[in-house]
Amino acid sequence: MFKPVQLLADWVVYGVLGLGRETLAGSSLNFFVFDTIKIFLLLAGIIFAVSIIRTFLPPSKIREIILKKSRFSGHLWAAGLGIITPFCTCSAIPLFLGFVQTGIPLGVTFSFLVASPMINEVALIMLFGMFGLKIAALYALSGFIIAVISGLLIGRLNVEHLLEGFDVSKKIQNAVFGAEMPWPERFSFARDYTLDILKTVWPYVLIGIGLGAWIHGYVPENFLARWAGADKWYAVPLATLVGIPLYSNAAGVIPLVSALTEKGVALGTTLAFMMAVTGLSLPEFLILRRVMKLKLLFIFFGIVGAGIMFTGFLFNFVMS
Amino acid sequence: MKKIQILGMGCAKCSKLYAAAEAAAKELGLEYQMEKINDMDRIVEMGVMMTPALAVNGTVKFASRVPGADELKKIILEAE
Repeated sequence: MFKPVQLLADWVVYGVLGLGRETLAGSSLNFFVFDTIKIFLLLAGIIFAVSIIRTFLPPSKIREIILKKSRFSGHLWAAGLGIITPFCTCSAIPLFLGFVQTGIPLGVTFSFLVASPMINEVALIMLFGMFGLKIAALYALSGFIIAVISGLLIGRLNVEHLLEGFDVSKKIQNAVFGAEMPWPERFSFARDYTLDILKTVWPYVLIGIGLGAWIHGYVPENFLARWAGADKWYAVPLATLVGIPLYSNAAGVIPLVSALTEKGVALGTTLAFMMAVTGLSLPEFLILRRVMKLKLLFIFFGIVGAGIMFTGFLFNFVMS
Repeated sequence: MKKIQILGMGCAKCSKLYAAAEAAAKELGLEYQMEKINDMDRIVEMGVMMTPALAVNGTVKFASRVPGADELKKIILEAE
């Protein structure tokens, strides 16, 4: 599929710049040029397509769909629809209240809240571009399962008394607003959104791929296996902890991690790390404090964190 | 008199939308009044879950985006 891109990268690096195919500089630079072009093409194409779908499914519409489902299938739908909804920390509160106060169960709301940031299109595209379809699918599926199970567990715990800062008993009506968007507006929305995302992520992507290309070329094979191989029990929890503060930098982190995996970091550790980067974020934690007690926040983070680590261990166990 | 309301709790795009909406209203030569709604209960009550959003005289027109100048003018002009 990306053959023309490879030809272009070959031409630029070996032809125009005249670097030798066998030299380290040549192969590293070729790797960098190829990955960069490939990732940007993927990002532009897929984000545009997802944005078009999004114009048909605003949050109010999603809420309406979930409201109609039974409790269990509500979790599945909430996690699934969370995938296509972009997550922004500044919208976490209105989204949370908008769900809970229209009568969506707390646990179902959490399923949505876990899936939405963890399985986002930028992370999936980067994973697909750097690791291939299989890893991207494994990531999405694990994230989906973690979202469903976390929500189910929180729903079972009866933690409604740990909500605060708003009137829990107040119920509001589901409101769907705005006229049907005409097609030209869907396109201009998708175009603007895609450009917005590209403008935000491009430096991280370049730095990530650049560092990745450097590691690819200059760090010895299996260099990291001694510290982060599948047989090291502490690798998964450590990767999860390190991932938390790196929130929103999935674009830069994934190329880097791809290079590290090549040098001996186990796959489960890699997956846990990336899930922690996207799914657990400190800004989100702080902002959700306005509507829930600290105890509920810890329960929420604890369950999701445990799910991430479990996934990491599972993959390390199965794959090794 | 049109009351143009910007709903959001202080995100970067909220101020962008505020400025764009005010510019659009000015260019249309309307009699208008700007209002910032940053109280989360009110935002949720108006049905908005993704900010920024724009409402005219209490009716939400769109959420979660900052439309271009032409579209904004059209929305503000056509609002009741």
